[in-house]
Formats: sequence, structure tokens, C-alpha cells
Amino acid sequence: MSPNLVVLAVLMFAVTYPSRALGLLTPGLDRLPKVALDYLQLVGPAILAALAAVSVMVVVGADDQPSFHVGIEWLAVLVCLAIVGRRGNLFLGLLAAVAIVAIGRAAGLAG
Amino acid sequence: MGIIVTGVGFGFVYGLSARGAGFSVIDAMAMSAIAFAGSAQFAAVGYVASGLAWPGIIVLTALLNARHLLYSASLRPWLRDVPLAHRSVMAHFLTDEAFALTIAHFRRIGRGDERGYWLAAVLFMFIPWNLATLGGVVLGGQIPDPSRLGIDIIFPAAMVGLAAGLITGRRELTAAIVGAGIGVTVALLLGPPVGIVAGGLLGPLVGLLVPAAAAHETAPLGTEASAERYALPIALEHDHGHEHERPGDEPG
Repeated sequence: MSPNLVVLAVLMFAVTYPSRALGLLTPGLDRLPKVALDYLQLVGPAILAALAAVSVMVVVGADDQPSFHVGIEWLAVLVCLAIVGRRGNLFLGLLAAVAIVAIGRAAGLAG
Repeated sequence: MGIIVTGVGFGFVYGLSARGAGFSVIDAMAMSAIAFAGSAQFAAVGYVASGLAWPGIIVLTALLNARHLLYSASLRPWLRDVPLAHRSVMAHFLTDEAFALTIAHFRRIGRGDERGYWLAAVLFMFIPWNLATLGGVVLGGQIPDPSRLGIDIIFPAAMVGLAAGLITGRRELTAAIVGAGIGVTVALLLGPPVGIVAGGLLGPLVGLLVPAAAAHETAPLGTEASAERYALPIALEHDHGHEHERPGDEPG
């Protein structure tokens, strides 16, 4: 056990919790103008897409410099997207994505 | 089911990474239970392993998790009737996956639902995530090369799948595409945490530029069509009396 890393976890909580709580606890957010509500409705698709795209297309090297990445992961994510779009089945999409990456890496297509 | 798979897969990979970086079981579990912030935990493992000073880790964690402010602000209108004390605790369990599940569920039934939030955030994410972390850090030594299993693709694949589930018209589609494009561009220039926040902030602004008349919503929010669209795995009671209300709408 390393008490230092438990303390680090507590500090990470301390800087994460305000972001999570501020919106939920701030009075007045329940009566925002319509345009603000419309904006907030669009946050979900935008940030989830940004998370996915950055996760797949950007890698940070040992020198801490981000670089553009092209790999089998793109195909896996696109196949997952297609399955969700056509069949509405995220579980199946995830299985397909994992299978594609595993097979691709086994075949030496990606590192 | 897809969300639980995400939590288990991602948590397991985190456990493997933490073990590889020299974390003890308690270290890894403390991160998962106390910080409970998937991508920030992964980053922290890398930072600790590379010897980055703690202030750097704390600042980067804050930056990476700043997107949760957008999530909580988005959920607030739906949860206005939930007691303050409950919302204070709910905040700790707010993750990417919990947000995606609950916002889709709220839209589907046309109102907020505290029980639905707890189910999504705790039963479908927090518990599987922590159990999988434990599994990963305990069993990790027996898996020679985890990356070959392809488990790391679960997170981005789940995010894009969940994003697709929220798209019902051109506004959402535009916000998603622009958010992704800005996210990658800014990430390449300023790092992934900044890119993710920039995409989440600026994508919706561009989405709003699509005129309502041209939005071509196939499933307008709070309607039966929307309910069918968001076929996510939370089955709770529906309050049909409120089915067509949106948060912030005035009665009548």
C-alpha cells in the first residue's frame, strides 16, 4: 500500500468534484433561456464525439507531444458506429470493435 | 448491457495499467472509488509512472475533467426537483457514460428521473468499474500482452455509439462532427484535455447555427419517436402526463 497515491486520489477528487457539482447545484440553471437549453442539449453529442475522436486519432508520445494517429482503431469505431446506427445495439457494436482491433493487432496491422 | 461492458472493459484495462505502473490494489481501488474519473485515472497512471510532479497531475486532472461542468449543467434542468443533498452526492457519480445514459433516458421519458440516474451512474457504471479495476489489478500479471486483446477500443467505440444515440437531427449531427473536428485539431496543438473541452464547448455553438426549420429532427425531444430512438437499457416507469414537457418550458 502506498498512502501517497491514496492522497493523490483524494486530491484528484478535490479538483474533479467541483466540475461535477457546480452545474447540478447552481440555482437558476433550471430556468435558462431556450437558446441556452438548446445549447446544453447539444453538449452531449459534441463532447462524446470529441472524446471518441481524440481517443482514436490523437496519441501522446513519450516526449508528451500529441500526434495524429491512423490505425485499425478507426475502422473499429466506424463499424461500431454503423452497427449502432443501423441496429441500435451498442453491445454488438462494442463486440465488433474489440474483435476488429484484436484481429488487426494479431495480424500486425497496428501496434 | 453496452454500458456495463464499457465499464467492465475500461475498468479492467485501467486495473492492468495501474498494476503495470506499480500501483498496489489499494492505490488502484482508491483512484477508482474516490476519484472515479476514467480517462483522468489512465492519465494519472501514466503521469505517476513517468514521475510527473503532483501539481502537474492535479492541474491536468482538473483540466481533463472540466467537461463534467457541461454535463452537470445539462442535467440540472432535468433534476431541479431533486433535493440538494441528493444532487451533491449524485455529482460524484457523474461520468461520461452516466451522462450519456441519463440524458437519453430523461429525453425519452420527457422528464428527470432520480432513480434512473442512480441506476445508470452507480449500478451500471460505478460498481462494474470498481469490480473490473479490482479484477484488472489482481489478475493483470497473468495476461502477457493486454493490448492485443483490443479492450482499449471499448471506450472510444462506446463514446461514439452513445453520441450516435443522441443524434436526432442536423443540429446534433453538426455539433458532433464539429465537436470531433475541433477536438482533434485543438488536441494536436494543445493536448487532448484541452481538445476535448474545446470540442464540447464549440461544437454546440456551431450546431445552433443550423436553423430549426432545417434541423430535420426525426425524433423531436420528448416525443414517442424520441423514445424509440433512444433504445438504451434503462427500463423505468413512464409518466405520460409529463411526456411532452421539456425542462424550462412554461405550462400551457
